[in-house]
Amino acid sequence: MPLRWDEFIVTGDPFILVAQISIVLTSIIAVVALTYFKKWKYVWNNWVTTVDHKKIGIMYIACALLMLFRGGVDAMMMRTQLAAPELDFLSGQNYNEIFTTHGTIMIIFMAMPFLIGLMNVVVPLQIGARDLAFPFLNNLSFWTFFFGMALFNISFIIGGSPSAGWTSYFPLASNDFSPGVGQNYYALGIQLSGIGTLATGINFIVTILRMRTKGMSLMKMPMFTWTVFITSLIIVLAFPVLTVALAMMTFDLLFGTHFFTLQGEGLDMLWANLFWIWGHPEVYIVALPAFGIFSEIISTFARKKLFGYNAMVASIVVISGLSFLVWVHHFFTMGNSAAVNSFFSITTMAISVPTGVKIFNWLFTLHKGKIRFTSPMLWSLGFIPNFVVGGVTGVMLAMAAADYQYHNTYFLVSHFHYVLIAATVFSCFAGLIYWYPKMFGHRMNERIGKWVFWIFMIGFNVCFFPQYFLGLDGMPRRIYTYLEGDGWFTLNFISTIGAFMMAAAFALFVYNIYYSWRYEKRDTTGDPWDGRTLEWATSSAIPPHYNFAHQPEVSERDAFWDMKEKGIDLNASTDYEKIHMPNNTWLGPVMAFFMFTASFALVFSWWIPAILSGVAIFVCMIFRSFDYNDGYYVSVEEIEETEKKAKEA
Amino acid sequence: MPSSFFKWISLAMVAVFLSGCGSLTVLDPQGPVAEQQSDLIWLSIWFMIFIVLVVFVLLTIMLVKYRDRGNNDNYDPTIEGSHKLEFIWTIIPIVIVTILSIPTVMTIYSLEEAPEIEEVDAQQEPLVIHATSANWKWIFSYPEQGIETVNYINIPEDRPILFKLTSADAMASFWVPQLGGQKYAMSGMETELYLAATEVGQYEGRNANFTGEGFAEQRFTVTAQTDEAFDEWVEETQENAPSLSEEEYMHLMVPGHSEEMTFSSTHLEFVNHAYDATYSLEKRAELGYEAHSPHSREGKAFDLPLLTQPIDTDKTYEVELDDE
Ligand code: HEM
Ligand SMILES: [Cu+2]
Ligand SMILES: [Cu+2]
Repeated sequence: MPLRWDEFIVTGDPFILVAQISIVLTSIIAVVALTYFKKWKYVWNNWVTTVDHKKIGIMYIACALLMLFRGGVDAMMMRTQLAAPELDFLSGQNYNEIFTTHGTIMIIFMAMPFLIGLMNVVVPLQIGARDLAFPFLNNLSFWTFFFGMALFNISFIIGGSPSAGWTSYFPLASNDFSPGVGQNYYALGIQLSGIGTLATGINFIVTILRMRTKGMSLMKMPMFTWTVFITSLIIVLAFPVLTVALAMMTFDLLFGTHFFTLQGEGLDMLWANLFWIWGHPEVYIVALPAFGIFSEIISTFARKKLFGYNAMVASIVVISGLSFLVWVHHFFTMGNSAAVNSFFSITTMAISVPTGVKIFNWLFTLHKGKIRFTSPMLWSLGFIPNFVVGGVTGVMLAMAAADYQYHNTYFLVSHFHYVLIAATVFSCFAGLIYWYPKMFGHRMNERIGKWVFWIFMIGFNVCFFPQYFLGLDGMPRRIYTYLEGDGWFTLNFISTIGAFMMAAAFALFVYNIYYSWRYEKRDTTGDPWDGRTLEWATSSAIPPHYNFAHQPEVSERDAFWDMKEKGIDLNASTDYEKIHMPNNTWLGPVMAFFMFTASFALVFSWWIPAILSGVAIFVCMIFRSFDYNDGYYVSVEEIEETEKKAKEA
Repeated sequence: MPSSFFKWISLAMVAVFLSGCGSLTVLDPQGPVAEQQSDLIWLSIWFMIFIVLVVFVLLTIMLVKYRDRGNNDNYDPTIEGSHKLEFIWTIIPIVIVTILSIPTVMTIYSLEEAPEIEEVDAQQEPLVIHATSANWKWIFSYPEQGIETVNYINIPEDRPILFKLTSADAMASFWVPQLGGQKYAMSGMETELYLAATEVGQYEGRNANFTGEGFAEQRFTVTAQTDEAFDEWVEETQENAPSLSEEEYMHLMVPGHSEEMTFSSTHLEFVNHAYDATYSLEKRAELGYEAHSPHSREGKAFDLPLLTQPIDTDKTYEVELDDE
């Protein structure tokens, strides 16, 4: 097919034109600025090629915030379109593309990377390790995620975005009904970042099993590390299903196989099953680490041990197991037999039992505590009532006979936003603010932070609570407009106001990042919140790349709290030994870049560039296998100097 | 003060819940199927309000009582857990889930069978209607009566209706909220859904599962009539409506909206999409209709046709570009 530029670049839409101009301008500004300030080398050496888990974590979080912005703009456009009946703000096609990218971006390119970013920063510190088990792989994982994200996002301006929903149900997603390259972007963009996620899962499992510091038995691990461990297990079990399903989808789209299409006896329900066998556990991939974050924060600011630690561990294990047994609740209305629907109804409701246990354990962690209402604590406390509302409506949805009425309506939309925003978004904000001093050396401003919380939390309820009633009033999801006679105007209008409150809160949050960078006091203690776990024991506000000059030894659960009580100072001794650390890598980003060019070429069925890129990836792999350089030693002198500086600060 | 806010929110939520529910479509059932579902929903709503209140009250107590007042005399950092308490809050949810499971399972099974109509003495055999979704319209066939309608259905009141659902193309979901919950319609297969209306009246129905561009407008009306009115309509349709030729039907396979139409024969005589998944694609190809990327020039030039009766059978759907 000869290339036609008028099809290659999306034209004829004012929104997209604005996006194109702003993307080009930002890129030019970035390039000029880096050149002018002579920062190319700095960026390359300190960020692009880094294997330092803390920096990789920060890059993940930065990308996630950017995607929260992108997904948020999508959300505002949708809510504007729905504010009143029969508005002409977006066309049907525009709306369809926007809700599709909103859903995909929020789940795959916002929620997951945000949490993976926090995991990266925190877990090695919490278990007293110097880095992840496979630092090179960690760098590669980040870059495949990054390029997957880039690929998915450029669909908007080059070629056209997917528009079959983030679930991409067949046969709608097949070439017959979704012509163009949009679905190719979906299949390949998610595939590329999914590879990175799978590798990250393996990396964390090995790290947590093998790299814990002396004395830290599994049952002495901080709760966040536990949730990351279980999450990683879910990733390793669930993601291969997605990989295979996406590969089959790619074959259908590019090579004319008929796994899921109308022709050739394709099975649309096979796609739905594969998608949700991955998709439901995915919900827990973005919820369990959130539970871990809340556990840490609630315990820290209630100044108490986590209530019922063993039960908390048991409940996440049970949840992770059950999460693989409930996927059919996403299509109760498919005409399953009554027995099948009954089985999946009950397994789904059963998940509420371990979840309820967790809620009450959090509540009783507060019991007889000394609660400080810091902004991370506010997010964690705000999570509880909102998540409970999302949870109980989840039980309502689980009752299959009733779900025939809620399925595909705003009742569902409201439910999953209550769960995803209360658990994932609240925890991302909570975790970012909580660990912010560890990453950047200063706290975020508390006064602004509290405003952000209250505006967001109220806006969130104003936005989504009315949607339960819209659902019960028969408003289906994914419609781009409705009629006046439907009677949905008032509630939709209220909902849109709430959405803009959330947007305002996000803007204020971004301002707070700037404000805090300018005006907040630098933290010199490394332990600004009076923390309980090992990440607060590192010698300075921004931990050196080797994390701990002396590896800590653990004897109790809240290890650092215990040390503080016993008066042990980890940094007292100046008797250092040289430390072995991994080298930076240029191979990770380069290899991921070729994966990007290969995928991009495949989107447009340009076989020759795709094959060439494939060869380049292979060459990189060969290169890597003959790379015998296994790191270097940080000298005692360097450690002495770093630690002295940290103490003086 | 956060605690008073939570209290306020919880009270407001309950108030809104109790005031607004009466008029909500799903909670305003007009037939035995929707009624069973609405009963189940109400049962769950009461349980859920109870759970939400328990958590909100507990949280408020904790936050008020144990906030940092500088010198908390009730502070006790040695607590690690309590097997007794944890046992209680494991058992209670299990009991609640069990209590909810029983009516759920019973209703799931009951919805698989023709609903019993309480108002009448002699239960009638279900009336069979085939509902076929085609982007973006609904085609209804009454095989016994030998009539077919597009985008509307008339049904007799107090008689169970057995809908046999299928789709000519993308997967759709057939839903008339006031008469009962939805079910998917998929090409190459057939699903069954029982509904019934016990009141004469008009009910909104629609496709609830996203099928692409014209999805929002894929709606239809259901008119429940007395037996006599229904029979009269059937008779009149059989006599006066035109019959449906395959050629006309082909044009319904082209993506687009349609006005209401009535025919005195059904498309089941030449195709049943439940057994012929690719029929619509073949007919589109015959008419010269091609799917274009919405971002290509052809795609932009292409307007969704609104099919009206009578169908212009000569029209093909190739797009003409100005400069070619
Ligand atoms: C910040 C406020 C947000 C607003 C105002 C918002 C609004 C919306 C709206 C209007 C829709 C489309 C509903 C429809 O037409 O069916 C939607 C869908 C969706 N949202 Fe959000 N959203 C927000 C945040 C999030 C977050 C944080 C996540 C995930 C972590 C998320 C995940 C989704 C998903 C998965 C869908 C379904 C997309 C689909 O149907 O394919 N949203 N949201
Ligand atoms: Cu699920
Ligand atoms: Cu099917």
